[in-house]
Amino acid sequence: MIRRALGAVVPVGAALVAFLFGAIMIVALGANPIDGLVAMLDGAFGTRERLATTAVRATPLLLVGVGICVAFRAKVINIGGEGQIVIGALASTAVALAVPGTPKVLLLPMVIVAGMVGGGFWGAIPGALKAYASVNEILSTIMLNLVAVQVMNYLLRGPMIDPLEVEGSRIPQTERLTDNAALPTLLSGTRLHLGVVIGITAAVAAYVLLWRTPLGFRLRAVGHNPNAARASGISVERSIVTAMAISGSLSGLAGVVLVFGSESLRMVTDGSAAGFTSAAGFNGIVAALFGALHPLWTIPSAFLFGGLLTGANNLQRVLQIPSPLAVALNGIVVVFVVSSGRVRTWIEQRIRQPVDDRGASAPVAGGGG
Amino acid sequence: MLEMRGITKRFPGVVANDDVSFDLRAGEVHTLLGENGAGKSTLMKILFGLYQPDAGEILLQGRPVTITSPTDAIEHRIGMVHQHFMLVPTLTVAENVALGLPSMRRPFTDLDTVSQRMVEISDQYGLTVDPSIEVWKLSVGERQRVEIIKALYREAELLVLDEPTAVLTPQEVDDLFVILRQMTEAGRGLVFISHKLREVLDLSDRITVLRNGVVTGTTVPAEASLERLAEMMVGREVSLAPDKPPVATGRPRLVLEHVTVIGDRDTVAVDGVDLEVRAGEIVGIAGVSGNGQRELAETIAGLRPAEPGSSVQIDRADVTTADAATTRAAGLAYVPEERMKDGAIGEFDVGENLLLVNHRDPSFLRGGLFDFERIRLHCQRLVDAFSVKTPTLQTPTSSLSGGNIQKLILARELDSDPTVLLAAQPTRGVDIGAAEYIHGQLIERRSEGVAVLLISEDLDEILALADRIAVMYEGRIVQLVDRADATREGLGLAMAGAADRSPG
Ligand SMILES: Nc1ncnc2c1ncn2[C@@H]1O[C@H](COP(=O)(O)OP(=O)(O)O)[C@@H](O)[C@H]1O
Ligand SMILES: [Mg+2]
Repeated sequence: MIRRALGAVVPVGAALVAFLFGAIMIVALGANPIDGLVAMLDGAFGTRERLATTAVRATPLLLVGVGICVAFRAKVINIGGEGQIVIGALASTAVALAVPGTPKVLLLPMVIVAGMVGGGFWGAIPGALKAYASVNEILSTIMLNLVAVQVMNYLLRGPMIDPLEVEGSRIPQTERLTDNAALPTLLSGTRLHLGVVIGITAAVAAYVLLWRTPLGFRLRAVGHNPNAARASGISVERSIVTAMAISGSLSGLAGVVLVFGSESLRMVTDGSAAGFTSAAGFNGIVAALFGALHPLWTIPSAFLFGGLLTGANNLQRVLQIPSPLAVALNGIVVVFVVSSGRVRTWIEQRIRQPVDDRGASAPVAGGGG
Repeated sequence: MLEMRGITKRFPGVVANDDVSFDLRAGEVHTLLGENGAGKSTLMKILFGLYQPDAGEILLQGRPVTITSPTDAIEHRIGMVHQHFMLVPTLTVAENVALGLPSMRRPFTDLDTVSQRMVEISDQYGLTVDPSIEVWKLSVGERQRVEIIKALYREAELLVLDEPTAVLTPQEVDDLFVILRQMTEAGRGLVFISHKLREVLDLSDRITVLRNGVVTGTTVPAEASLERLAEMMVGREVSLAPDKPPVATGRPRLVLEHVTVIGDRDTVAVDGVDLEVRAGEIVGIAGVSGNGQRELAETIAGLRPAEPGSSVQIDRADVTTADAATTRAAGLAYVPEERMKDGAIGEFDVGENLLLVNHRDPSFLRGGLFDFERIRLHCQRLVDAFSVKTPTLQTPTSSLSGGNIQKLILARELDSDPTVLLAAQPTRGVDIGAAEYIHGQLIERRSEGVAVLLISEDLDEILALADRIAVMYEGRIVQLVDRADATREGLGLAMAGAADRSPG
């Protein structure tokens, strides 16, 4: 009971503390924090259009975050969302460019599969390195992020560049995809598109996968106790690769949504990963952590962070405050949410008895379940 | 010399000691006997200042004292040899003994004087240990001697030994008992903690039995019997020697030929083991742990590779290089030695752990998803059939007692109708009731024609169950005898490496 309650109270507390810091920063920038809060809330949730924008901006975070949840259940930490988004976007864009005339009902499933395969492949590499060569996945996923950016820059400057740009200013971008490749809009007058539904569906599917299927059962078994899993006949190696492949494919799907849900309907690079992903590969991790690494809780959590992003834009407009404040707020939330695991263990120990010579229970990572 | 009166100690959810009174006279061995979790260690940790009692008082030489730390306890001439040794492996014996004592030549150490006094103490009791050797090089038995020397060095008059025999070979136990008797003759008082009935009767002057934190009686060996003590421990009659109906053995179901395995430290852990287990027999592997039993079990179970030239067959299928899933498919059931490390997943609930091996079974699925109603019925049947005591199927497994976790694992493993059952230390640390039940299950499977390979450190368990007994020492099978030809002494010697090597 206590544990359950703490599971909810501590992250919310962390968010409140983070907002307090945000308020202090707004004051330091010479503005009224109440006005700031109002501007943010208004910008994020104030109108139908703004709500829709928030949902659209939340979707890549949600998809990446759900992938983080899946990997985490098998005790694999996937920091490679950025790279997996990029590869997923490249694969799906390549498919759409290759078959321009295909009708939407055929084309969309094709690009979705392509994006998921691309991202999944990019996730499976560090998974296999970890499973079969004990390479730390945090390091290898970060490295592969760098590799993915170079692959993107190369492809968008050369093989996949817009033919118009070859003769022109050589902006590294693909040609505009045909309109039948765009994700259909759900609410006219807003940007709300099918990607949002895809994101929520993916979260529910991940939940079902983890807690209702033999595969998810194996992933969780490996995550909790690889020795016992192996002894009972589960392949730990295969499970780790699978978890990372699924995780990567969800990030790849985020890449698809970024390209096919964009108004420009093309891939552009400014040379960095974040230029294309808006750092969704990292913000998705934050959303997952804030959602207690549970796919369903990651839905509201991602929506909240989407709101933070859109709200910060409005904050900038209304109060003339630099929008990197949102980035800073994001960072603060990470620090507090991540350390809240510690805080929680600490509180739990306080609640129990002072002396326990067998050592307190292992730190509760994430919770949920 | 010591009196503890009305000691009560509560932990969240349990009363570890409930109004316990205990006394000790100089020159005697007073045993605390009880099952795991009965509260023996707690009572003695209170005496040693590690816990504070919620109620009750402690009197030393008739005077009430409060002991708030081990330092206090040592000042009162109380020493304790813990269940888990508290030595620093990288330091030498003398450094370990000196640790925490003020040096007479501060700020420099006075290890030479420590060594000298240590040698005097050692000689007095025949506790031979070289002071200059690093602790990690010592055997478990030798480490225990260091702990005892440490206590004697601090001039302990009252020495508590918490389950000192759990890690020793029968031979080492005999040696220890000789030392302990010398100490009582010198007027020291000893508190001996154990749950092994036979040795308790052997050593004690008086025996106090604890059950669920309550004293169920104090007796002397002359008036006690194994059965009587077991009953006091468990609270009901128990059968110490299970009935074993005669069974005609069939063909070999598990065949090991020249199995050689490299251990974690890159040394040969299993060295050319040949062994056959036939349908309808229990073969027991006796031996002090650390002699290759764990590695052998892991190799049979497909969890550790064997060296080239080895062969493992289950029902004529070659599983030498097979993984765990394939080995299981060939008919193996495996109860691993460390139940919380390899046997069960603590964070999983009881139902999930019961499903660990056969979660792929299509009968548990509907449309690719788990059919929870079917699964619940299946798990409930297993829990009932194996009398696993759990509040619900959703209870986290880590909150069950060791005995119930072990029954859960056994239920899961036997549900697959194995032809070979490999059980490693199946009753280690479980209560007598659960052990009795598990023994019954092994015998029942034997009657059904299963080939059972039982690995155990507990010689009583091996003698009670096995039809043939193999002794493992330093990776080899140094003795293989029929139960009828086995003697406790002979096996004990073989476990200590004294047998002439006549495998097979
Ligand atoms: N530090 C502790 N915190 C909570 N419970 C404990 C602690 N130490 C022991 N217990 C509980 O107290 C009971 C008695 O334990 P213990 O004295 O270790 O038993 P024994 O030594 O007889 O096996 C058990 O139920 C055990 O779980
Ligand atoms: Mg104990």
